[in-house]
This record gives sequence, C-alpha cells and structure tokens, in this order.
Amino acid sequence: MGLVTATAARDTSSNPFAQIRGYGALVRSGFRRYATYRQATVAGAATNTVFGFLRCYVMLAVAAGAGGVAAGYRGDQLATYVWFGQGLLAVVLLWGWSDLADRIRTGEVATDLLRPIHPVALYLATDLGRAGYATLFRLLPPVLVGLLVFDFYLPGRPGTWPLFALATLLAVVICFACRFLVNATAYWLLDIRGVTVAWALGSSVLGGLYFPLRFLPAPVAAALYLGTPFPSIIQIPLDVLVERDPAPVQVGLVGVQAVWAAVLLGACQVVQRRAERRLVIQGG
Amino acid sequence: MASVLTPYRHLLRGQVRAQTAYRASFVVNLVSNVWATVADVLTVLVLFRVTTSLAGFSLAEALVMVGLSACGFALADLAAGNIERLRHYVRTGLLDALLVRPLRALPQLLLMDIGLQRLSRVGVGAAVLVAALVAAPVEWTPARLALAVLAPLAGALFFSAIFVAGATVAFWWVESGELANSLTYGGKDLTAYPMTIYGPAFRRVFGFGLGFAFVGYYPALALLGRPDPLGLPGWVGWVSPAVAAPAVGAAALLWRVGIRHYRSTGS
Amino acid sequence: MSTVIEMQGLRKEFTVRVRAGRLRRAKRTVAAVDGVDLAVPRGELLGYIGPNGAGKSTTLKMLTGILTPTAGTVRVCGLVPVPQRTRLARRIGVVFGQRSLLWWDLPLRDSFDLLRHIYRVPAAGHAARLRRCRSLLELDGLLDTPVRQLSLGQRMRGEITAALLHGPEVLFLDEPTIGLDVVSKQAVRGFLAELGAAGETTVVLTTHDLNDIEKLCRRLVVIDNGRVVHDGSLAQLHQRYGSTRQVVVDLDEPPAEPVTVPGARLVSTGSDGRRLTYALAGAEAGELVARLAGAGALRDLTVLEPAIEDVVTRLYTDR
Repeated sequence: MGLVTATAARDTSSNPFAQIRGYGALVRSGFRRYATYRQATVAGAATNTVFGFLRCYVMLAVAAGAGGVAAGYRGDQLATYVWFGQGLLAVVLLWGWSDLADRIRTGEVATDLLRPIHPVALYLATDLGRAGYATLFRLLPPVLVGLLVFDFYLPGRPGTWPLFALATLLAVVICFACRFLVNATAYWLLDIRGVTVAWALGSSVLGGLYFPLRFLPAPVAAALYLGTPFPSIIQIPLDVLVERDPAPVQVGLVGVQAVWAAVLLGACQVVQRRAERRLVIQGG
Repeated sequence: MASVLTPYRHLLRGQVRAQTAYRASFVVNLVSNVWATVADVLTVLVLFRVTTSLAGFSLAEALVMVGLSACGFALADLAAGNIERLRHYVRTGLLDALLVRPLRALPQLLLMDIGLQRLSRVGVGAAVLVAALVAAPVEWTPARLALAVLAPLAGALFFSAIFVAGATVAFWWVESGELANSLTYGGKDLTAYPMTIYGPAFRRVFGFGLGFAFVGYYPALALLGRPDPLGLPGWVGWVSPAVAAPAVGAAALLWRVGIRHYRSTGS
Repeated sequence: MSTVIEMQGLRKEFTVRVRAGRLRRAKRTVAAVDGVDLAVPRGELLGYIGPNGAGKSTTLKMLTGILTPTAGTVRVCGLVPVPQRTRLARRIGVVFGQRSLLWWDLPLRDSFDLLRHIYRVPAAGHAARLRRCRSLLELDGLLDTPVRQLSLGQRMRGEITAALLHGPEVLFLDEPTIGLDVVSKQAVRGFLAELGAAGETTVVLTTHDLNDIEKLCRRLVVIDNGRVVHDGSLAQLHQRYGSTRQVVVDLDEPPAEPVTVPGARLVSTGSDGRRLTYALAGAEAGELVARLAGAGALRDLTVLEPAIEDVVTRLYTDR
C-alpha cells in the first residue's frame, strides 16, 4: 500500500522487517482490544441478525413483486446481499467510531505525534485488526443464522471468493479513511455532530445498506459509484459476492474501490499534515 | 394535580433552554434529523421503482403504513428516544444523581433527554402520512378520520413503551450496546411494511407477540378498507390502537423491576 | 440532641461473578458494608473515611435512597430512604464530587432557579440561602456562565450551593474536594467549616483527602472492609494507634538528671545531649515544658503534630 511507504521516512528503524513486525503488532493490538468487548459483540451480532431478518423479508417481497428478478438480482442473491451486508456493516464499522475526534477534543492527539510511526498508519493498522476480529465475530454469526433460514446464493465463479476478500479489505480501508476524515473535522469544528450524522446517513443510504443502489436509475447509480466513495464501502463487495455482473465488470468494480482507497488515503495524509501544522503552531 | 406537575414543567422548560442554547448546532440537528425519515420514505419509493406492488399493496397504500410508522416513531423518539442513554447513565453513575432529587426517576430521565431536534422529524412523518392518505383510495368517514388521528398517537405511545422497555435492559446488562435498537429502530422498519411479507414464525413473535402488527399494518387495513389476508376479522384494525395500553403497562412494570434491581445491585 | 441519621447492623452484599476456568463463571457474595452501627446527632460534622472499596460510597448510597440495604435498618431524618426517597430528597442535599447535578448547557443561575421549582421551595428562603452561598463561595462572577465553561473548582462551588438551596437538614458530600486546586479546596473547606459552626445542618463527608478531615471534622468514622474500625475524635485515633504529638526542646546544657513527667516519654536524646524529644501520651505539653525549663535554660521548642496520613496508612495496612 502506498501509505506505508509514504510513512517510512518517519520510522526510526530502517529495517523493513522490523517495520512490518511493528505494524503487525498494531494490527494484533486492534484485534485484541475489540476482543475484550465480548458482550458488546454479542449484542451487536444479535442486533444485526434482527435487521437481517427484517431487510431480507422486504427484499424477498420486492423480488416476488417484480416477478422474481428485481433490478438484476434474484431472490436468493438479495438474501445473500442483505445478510452479508449486515455483517459487513460491522466489519467496515460504518457507525460509532469517534476515537480520533475524542482524542482531538481532549488534546491527547498530540501524543500521537510522539510515536515513531505515521498517525494515519497507526490508526489504520489498529483498524485492520479490529476489522479482522469483526469478520470472525460480527460477520459470520448473522450470516450463519441467515443461511439456516433463507436460501442463499453462493458464488459459482472460482475467483469470486478471493475477489470478495480483496473488495472487503479495500472497503475497510475506504471506510476507515472516511471515518478518519469525518473525525478530523474536530480539529476545526467545535461540534462535529452534524458531520457525523451526515456521514451516517450518506454512507448507509448511498452505500447500499437500505437498498441495492442498482434499484436506482442506471445513470444515478453510475454517478454514485464513480463520483462518491459510498458504494465502495458496502455495495461493491456485495455486488462482487452475489455475482451481479459478468466477471470483467466484477474486477472493474474492485478497481474503482482501489482508486477510491488511494484517493482517500491521500486526503487523510493532507488533512493530517495540515492538522499537525495547526497543532504545532497553535498548540492545538 | 397541577402542582404535582409543576416541577416537571420547569424541568422541561430548562431542557428546552439548554438544547436551544447553541442555536447553530440545534439547527444543524433539526435539519439532519429530517433526513433520517426522508431516507425511510426514499427507500420505499426506490423499492417501488423495481416492483409495482409489495405483497399486493400499491405504493400509496404502502406509504400509509410508512406514514403511520414514521409519525408514531418520530413522536416517540422525540419524547422517549434519548432514554437509550440510560446505559450511559448507569455506567457513569449519573442515574444516582437523579435519584437524589425529589422527583420520580423515569419522568426526570424522559424530560432531561427530550429530543427537541427531532421535532422536524415529526413534521416530515405527518406530511408523509397526510400525503399517503390523500393519494391512497380511502373512503373517508368520521370513524376513519378519527382512526387516522388516533393510530399515530397510539403508535407513539407504543414506541415510547418500546424505547423504555429496551432501555431497561441496561439495568441488567450495561454493555448491551445497540441491542435495544433492534426493537426500536427495527420496530419502526417492521411496522412500515405489510405483515404478510414476513415469515410466519417471525410474524408471530414480533408482529403479534410484541404487538408491532397493530401499529401500522392493521390500522392501515381499516383505513384502506381492505380485508386481512392473514384472516383476522375487520374490527381488529379499528381496535388496534388499544395495543398501546398493554405495551405501556408492560414497560412500566419492566421499569419498576429494573430500577429495583438497580437499587439492590448498584451496578 | 436528636439523632438525624441512624444505622443498625447495616449490611450490603453484592454478588460478583468470578471467572472459574475458560467459560464457567462462579457467583460469589461479597459484603461491601458489613454490619455498620452508627448514630449521627443533629448538627454534627462527620468525616467518613476509608480506603478505596471500603464501603464509603455504598453506605452513602444507602443513606440517600439509591441503594437498598441487604440487611439492617437505616433512618435518615426519621425516614426510610428507599421507599420514602422523594420525601427524603427534599430534606437532604447531596454533592457528588465526580458527577454533576447541574445543567451542563445552562448558566448556574438558571440551574439554581430550576432547582427551586424541582424542590418546590418558597422563593424567599431560596433567595436568602442563595445570597449566603453567593457571598461565602464567591459565586457572583460565575452566575451567568454556562456550567460546562466553569472550572472544576468553580463547578464544585456551584454544586454545593445547588445542594443547599432547599435548606436540607443533612448534607452528604462524596469526595467534594477531589481534583480541586489548593485555592478551591480552601474555599470549600472554609465554607463547610462555617456551615458546621452554624450547627443547623448535619454534614456527612467522605473523602480521600485527610486534610479535609483534619480541618473540619470533630468526629471521624473510619471504615475498612465494610466495618467500622474507628469512631471518635481525631485525637482518640492518634492515641489508639500510638501516634502522638511530640515536643522537641533544645537546652543550653544537658540536664543534670533525667526530666520525667507522667504521660510523657523520652523518645530520643541528641548526640550532645542538649536536644530532647518527648512523645506526649496523656500529659499536657505545658506541664512538660515547665518541668524542662526548671531543669535548665530553654533555647528552643517545637511541638510536632502527628501526621494523620501516617495513622491512617497504618490503619489500612495492618488489617
């Protein structure tokens, strides 16, 4: 990833293996930190399961009303879409991350600058660990429940599962970058509630959580895919998984994600640099 | 009686002042809250782009359910939505601070956290309901008019009860996270669609067992003059607002048990 | 003097789950308060201290109606706290050092006004008490500031005022000086001392800061592991734990023969024999000094007060 090399200058150690080990430790710490919230994990997975039932029934009714295929999705594809979507929303952590904003508010963020590692990389590595934990304990349980009750569409192409894994990884990075940017507005704004709400709604409606974006007129959907990062967070991984499109399009969608990941991480860099300058000059 | 309520009235007034103290962020919240309901309505509109009917209901008919659900939910969210912060109060001990005042704990909590910024949502919910009732083929009678007013109010009571009941989980399980959301926000989604789309077991538990079917679906059937495909007699729609009564009773009971538990464990 | 607070055999048990093995959890009962008997007469300023987890806060919660006792009886102002909570609430004031009872976004003045309505206090009495607090706690410049902009010390002064506006008979303070700067601590202590001297309000104070106790409380209750280990004055505590005042004298010449006074013990003699240190255990300092002055020319004299920290540390460590 471009980010890691971009931050290498900051590392005190020039040994690349030591660096990788360092990031590995951060990833593991993210995993372990979330593993301690065991009760919250159970509560969250149960909530996702209830919503999985609700959304799945609605989508199946839509497919039935549309004569079996709704905007290119069959009923079983929609079932897979909904249940994996409920899990994915916890893996990418759409809502409820305010670590950075809290640290900015309390001023603790200044201590991030003392570490020999780039702040964006620091938070990203921890977030990847968190996402790993969420994949095991927030994605799998609801999906297993859904699988017991509903007919799922399971991918037929051999390349789909690895492509889905890659799309999910990119989705985590994109969602992380968006959250980082939303949180970072706390450097300049006293009250970031408005921004947070706008992000929560934008990401869930335009991300494909409420309904697959293909239900929208094709030009609108295309504009959203290419012009905003939201579909790259939930919609694209799910489209890849349920094989909504032919294989070349499937790969192309992941390419769109890769571009968004690069653009957003770049934006994080810029914002971080500005924020640091502000911190250093104005003392926070 | 009036003098018993006076402290609560002042508490409410203080809360209004506190929440409007920062005008800019209040306005931002007012506006951003509109979008939550708009998103719900938008979702239904989008679903009807790809299908012409949902379990035999047309768009206008489905929007009657959405309107009933949104109206009731928005009112309840305004009055009781913030009670989900109870778990935060339990964890930080702020509940103790309320318990040393000479007022009852639940009304204090409800008034302290009243979500004025959600007023805008009530407006949107009401607008959707009115628009849907105008667009849908409703044969207006005085009884239907009364039901159209009564049903969202009963829905508001019902959802308030769900909010309170959901929050009491915190007395036993502080780390319950967003679990209560599955009944509150989930309930809102559940009531916005015809009961016939749900699987039999799911419908039995949530629709009839917990009573969500009587908030949107059955009043909508009565307003639209449609028979129930699930086979319940026609008068069910007319008496469905009564579902608020047992819900409120059950929530009050849960609250009492919960606060007693809190008092004995001091969690 | 009538008794305002009465506890008899007060006990509070909590069940805690302890991990036993990988997944199994075993239940265990722990007594946070383990049979406390205490009576507090009207107008007393009582210090209630103990190490973390000793049961201080649990006791306070049972006194204020937040927690139900497992066993034993409590009466505050003649009322049983939990079932008569709202009636009791009008007659007591509570200050939590670590949580606020004020409205975060409102100016102090508005919070005070709201409290008047919540407690339904006649305006005249409310205004009189507010006037008194305003001058004693120097609130005048702060009344129009929203609470969230106040410093901790300023907020605490507001909290104490808020707890007193309805003219409570008993004031409970849970760690009121925690985290305060020296000046604010002094202001709070000075105010409480004044309140105690007036003798109308009974004050129960839990604290970690033993200086609070030293400055304010004639009666001191020390609780440890849920039991009362000391109930009496500070002097009695010192006596019991062998920590005493010391008198250090410098004489011109070593005394010809040892100076002895009943109740005073010679602890050490300086290498040149001219500096003598006595521990007082019953004897008056004056008596000892008079005898020493008789034995030779007195050059210098110091009386060392025992450090309360030392006593309490000793109390906590030899359980």
